[in-house]
Amino acid sequence: MLTILFDGIAYGMLLFVLASGLAVTLGLMNFVNLAHGAFAMAGGYVTVVLMQRPGLPFLATLPCAFLAAAIAGAVLERLLYRHLYGRSHLDQVLFSIGLVFMASAATDYLMGSEQRIISLPTYLQGRVDVLGVAVGKYRSFIIVLCGLLTIALQLVLSRTRFGSRLRAAVDDPRVASGLGIDVNTIFAVTFAMGSGLAGLGGALGAEILGLDPNFPLKFMIYFLIVVTVGGTSSITGPFFASLILGVADVAGKYYLPAFGAFVIDSVMILVLILRPQGLFARPR
Amino acid sequence: MTNSATPDRASIEGSAGSALAKLTRWRLGETVFWGIVAIGLFALPSRYLLINEIAILALFALSLDLVLGYAGIVSLGHAAFFGTGAYVAGLLTKYGIADPILGLVVAGAVAAALGLVTSLLVLRGSDLSRLMVTLGVALVLGEIANQLPSVTGGADGLQGVAPEPVLGLFAFDIFGRTASLYSAGTLFVMFLLARRIVNSPFGLSLRSIRDNPLRAAAIGVPVSRRLVAVYALGAAYAGIAGALLAQTTQFVSLEVFDFNRSADVLLVLIIGGTGYLYGGLVGAAAFRVMQDGFSAITPQHWQFWIGLVLVVLVFVRHDRLLRLSRGALGIVAARLGIATRPRGAT
Repeated sequence: MLTILFDGIAYGMLLFVLASGLAVTLGLMNFVNLAHGAFAMAGGYVTVVLMQRPGLPFLATLPCAFLAAAIAGAVLERLLYRHLYGRSHLDQVLFSIGLVFMASAATDYLMGSEQRIISLPTYLQGRVDVLGVAVGKYRSFIIVLCGLLTIALQLVLSRTRFGSRLRAAVDDPRVASGLGIDVNTIFAVTFAMGSGLAGLGGALGAEILGLDPNFPLKFMIYFLIVVTVGGTSSITGPFFASLILGVADVAGKYYLPAFGAFVIDSVMILVLILRPQGLFARPR
Repeated sequence: MTNSATPDRASIEGSAGSALAKLTRWRLGETVFWGIVAIGLFALPSRYLLINEIAILALFALSLDLVLGYAGIVSLGHAAFFGTGAYVAGLLTKYGIADPILGLVVAGAVAAALGLVTSLLVLRGSDLSRLMVTLGVALVLGEIANQLPSVTGGADGLQGVAPEPVLGLFAFDIFGRTASLYSAGTLFVMFLLARRIVNSPFGLSLRSIRDNPLRAAAIGVPVSRRLVAVYALGAAYAGIAGALLAQTTQFVSLEVFDFNRSADVLLVLIIGGTGYLYGGLVGAAAFRVMQDGFSAITPQHWQFWIGLVLVVLVFVRHDRLLRLSRGALGIVAARLGIATRPRGAT
């Protein structure tokens, strides 16, 4: 029971790191980016390749996964995304679905269609017994790392100058740029950071979520749930939504395996009906 | 005020009626289009299976056009209704009620009922929650179909779907001759119906909602009721398209609920253009030809090119492209001395 709760929390933390970038683009910048999972997938594959070819240790590949996805995000933002900020949601949906198709097919072409497995270092394998509860080492590692990231993210957004500029730019881009804030750069940096976090999440999650070319489509719904259920006005909403989703999903798969993804999808629909603005947001 | 308005009102209604009648008049371009379709049906006997697929895809895109092009509802899960129709028709046929036309009617009715129920969820909230709910509904239905293998056959698909001859006369043959004629015929009938509907006062009120829901409400259009109605109508169309697939391929698989199916039909409609009914038809043919071309070049990775087409379409602004091509057609037609569409009809 407690093990399930623990695994669920680890899963939820992971989902939060994966989806936090989307919480900013979709939630704050109001851009429907269905291709967010593609950056996570890129991060995952970077880790796989770096561990196989040059044989880097797992921990060393994590920053590379972050960097690679962030660079990919920055380049795409400058080249493509920024032209679509003001466009209709339909255009954004079409564009990002197109990107997902391209990313999946390109990954299939480059890496093959089979599921990739990351061999964790031995010190992260296995379980330890803490007060009678079997706790996976790797999952505790994820909880600690993602917890630190979450705190850092929250501090950056609420305490730094960059954070306040970002909030200003999101609230009203015109006024913000009138005040001398470089809105374009802020958006680009934010997008790159969000993509980087997704890449890091993809690398961390390859062991738990699995990694294959269909990753962006398979987990698209999860990311969207985190953001829509969590509400879009803060970063804490998506955080709690991720935890709930993680625990619910792990528990659902354990106790009600026959229902599969059914539970999660139904819960999302229910939440959207009862509270269209998200669980944790105040109605605007 | 009301006294002086009464005679005016009669004349306004008269002129509105004649304007509507003008819209419904059959234009030369349309006759040519269906003429080409008819010739294609009989002139390409080796392509019956492809024609069948195109007709089904066209009907599916037509249903999305009703929802997206005429009511402005962006759906990421239109396959929910397609899949429902397919399973309903498949199950009916398997368990004894094998008349194809009856199957179409029942599948359409069940899909419409589902559309009616889910419209209550879809019509709440913003674009974003609509996207999520439509997507979620399709996923939930796919999951249900997956978890009920005793009914749907699960991952193996529903086998043993053997419909009776159409109208008791035309048996389904192995070359797909009956299938393609049956699908194309259904498409034509459903198209006529859709054409009648969108050019009715009901259709006009839908367009006013799409263009400006606030103003539409202000002049007395019951916005949410109209949206529910058109969503159910679109669902019925999609259900019939799914039923056609089940009957003509005599098989239903879980793929009917796939996200890719919803995405593909969106692409089909965007290629052809929204809001004038022919978009889905033209787009379906173009999409299938494109898909065949791409998969001839790269059998496994054709999706990459489909994705590229999507991205490019967004960047060259599909709506502007469409207007340009229509303008060009108009100029050609004017040169030839035939007006394809009266001004202001778009």
